[in-house]
Amino acid sequence: MDLLDQLADTFFNWEEMAKVIPALLMVGLPNTLILAVTSGILGSLLGLLLAMMAISRNAGARWAARVYTDIFRGLPAILVILVIGIGLSPIAREITGNRNPYPLGILALTLIAAAYIGEIFRSGIQSVEKGQLEASRALGFSYGSSMRLVVVPQGIRRVLPALVNQFISLLKDSSLVFMLGLAASDREIFRIGNDAMANTGNLSPLVAAGIMYLILTVPLTHFVNFIDNRLRTGRPEKKEPDELAAPIGKGAQA
Amino acid sequence: MTEFTSGTLTGKNLHLSFGHNHVLRGIDLHVEKGTTASVIGPSGSGKSTLLRVMNRLIEPDQGDILLDGRSVLKDNPDELRQRIGMVFQQFNLFPHKTVVDNVSLALRKLRKLPKDQAHAEALEQLDLVGLKHKADARPANLSGGQQQRVAIARALAMKPEVMFFDEATSALDPELVKGVLALMADLAKGGMTMVVVTHEMGFSRNVSDTVTFMDAGVVVESGPPEQIFTSPGTDRLKGFLSDVL
Repeated sequence: MDLLDQLADTFFNWEEMAKVIPALLMVGLPNTLILAVTSGILGSLLGLLLAMMAISRNAGARWAARVYTDIFRGLPAILVILVIGIGLSPIAREITGNRNPYPLGILALTLIAAAYIGEIFRSGIQSVEKGQLEASRALGFSYGSSMRLVVVPQGIRRVLPALVNQFISLLKDSSLVFMLGLAASDREIFRIGNDAMANTGNLSPLVAAGIMYLILTVPLTHFVNFIDNRLRTGRPEKKEPDELAAPIGKGAQA
Repeated sequence: MTEFTSGTLTGKNLHLSFGHNHVLRGIDLHVEKGTTASVIGPSGSGKSTLLRVMNRLIEPDQGDILLDGRSVLKDNPDELRQRIGMVFQQFNLFPHKTVVDNVSLALRKLRKLPKDQAHAEALEQLDLVGLKHKADARPANLSGGQQQRVAIARALAMKPEVMFFDEATSALDPELVKGVLALMADLAKGGMTMVVVTHEMGFSRNVSDTVTFMDAGVVVESGPPEQIFTSPGTDRLKGFLSDVL
C-alpha cells in the first residue's frame, strides 16, 4: 500500500463512514440541533435583556451587564461548560432528580451565547439614530414602548448578519458538551464521530462528522452574506418613475 | 383643512442647564390658542431645546409649563406629549415601517383603536397632506419633502392641541421647501396652535402671529412680525436680521 492509499484509507474509508452515518443522522444531528437551537434562542432572550441593561439609565443594571459580559466572554467555552456541567450537577440533581448533564450543557452554552449576543444587540440598538427614540417619545410613547416598537426592531435588523455568525459559532461550540459525558442517546455529531474513531482507529468517522458540520454551517455562512447584502442595498422595491427627487436617507432603511 | 381642538400654551421662566452650560436662562413664551408663534435666532441660541423642554422631552430645571392655563409639570409626560405634536428637522420617520404604519402606530398603540380604524384614519391624514398614494411605500423611497409631510401627518393623527415644528424645512432641498411650508401655513390658517422654530424668515413674517427672537438662552425681543422685522428694537436683533435677510 503506497502513501496515497494509506492517506485515503485514514481519512476517507467509505466503509467506516457508511457505518457511522446512520448514528450521525439519527442521533448526532438532532442532538446538535437541539443543543444549538435551544441555547441560541435562550441566549438571544438573555442577550436582549443584557443589552437593555447595558444601555439603561440605571448604573447598577449597566454594571451587572458589564460584569456578566466580561466574565462569559472572557472565559474559554470549554471551561464554562465543565464548570457549569460538573459544578451545578449536584444542585440540578437535587432539584430535578435527574442526573443527566444534557440540560446543564444547554445552560452553559446559553450563558456563553448570551454574553456575545448581548454585545451584538447592544451595538445594533445603539446604532439607531437618537431621533428615532425622540420621535417615538414625542408621539407619546413611553421609553419602554419606544424601545420595543421602534428602536429595538431596527437595531436587531442591523445586526442579523452578526447574529447568524454567532449562531454558527454556537453550533460548533455545542460539540464541547461531549466533555460532560453524555448518555449514548444524547450524543451530538462530534462525540459520535469521535467514539467511532476511537473504536475503529480510523479517522474517517470524524471526517464524516466534519462534513456534517459543514453541511450545516456553510449554507448559514452564505445566508449571512445574502442578508448582509440585502440589508445593505435595501429590499427591492418598485420606484415610481415620477419620483420628485432622489430618495434620501438611503442608509436609514435597514 | 379641518378644524382643530387647539389649546393655549405658556412657558414661564424656563431654565435648563447641561452641566455648566446654561442653555435656557428664564424663557417666557405664550402662544394663544389657534395662533402661530415663530421662534427665530442664531444656531445654538436654545430654540430647539426650548421646544423639547416645553413638551418635556427634557425636563426643565426651573419654571412652569401651562396648557390651557393649567400646569402640566406634574402630569405624566407621555400623556402631555400625546397632546403636543412634534415635527423634526430630520423627519425621523420609522424606516422599518410603511408610510401608513408610521401614521397609524400611535393610533393603534396609544389611542388603542382597532387596526382597521387606525388604518383608515391614517389614510385620511395622508390624504390631507397629499400622500395617500404613498401609503404602502417605505419612508426611504420618498423624497425629503414627502417624508416631512408624512411626519406632519403622523403628528396630526394624534389630534394634538399644539404642534411644534423644529426647523422642519432645514434639511430639505430648496425646491421641496415650498410644499412643506404651504402645508404648515394651511395648518396655521386652520386654527392649529403652533410653535415654529425656523430659519425661514418669509414664513415667520407672513404666517406667524408673534415672533420671538432668542439669543444665548434668553428671549431678546418678542412681538408681532411687523414690529420684529421692520423696527427691531435691539442691536442683537438688528445684527441677526441683517445676517439672515
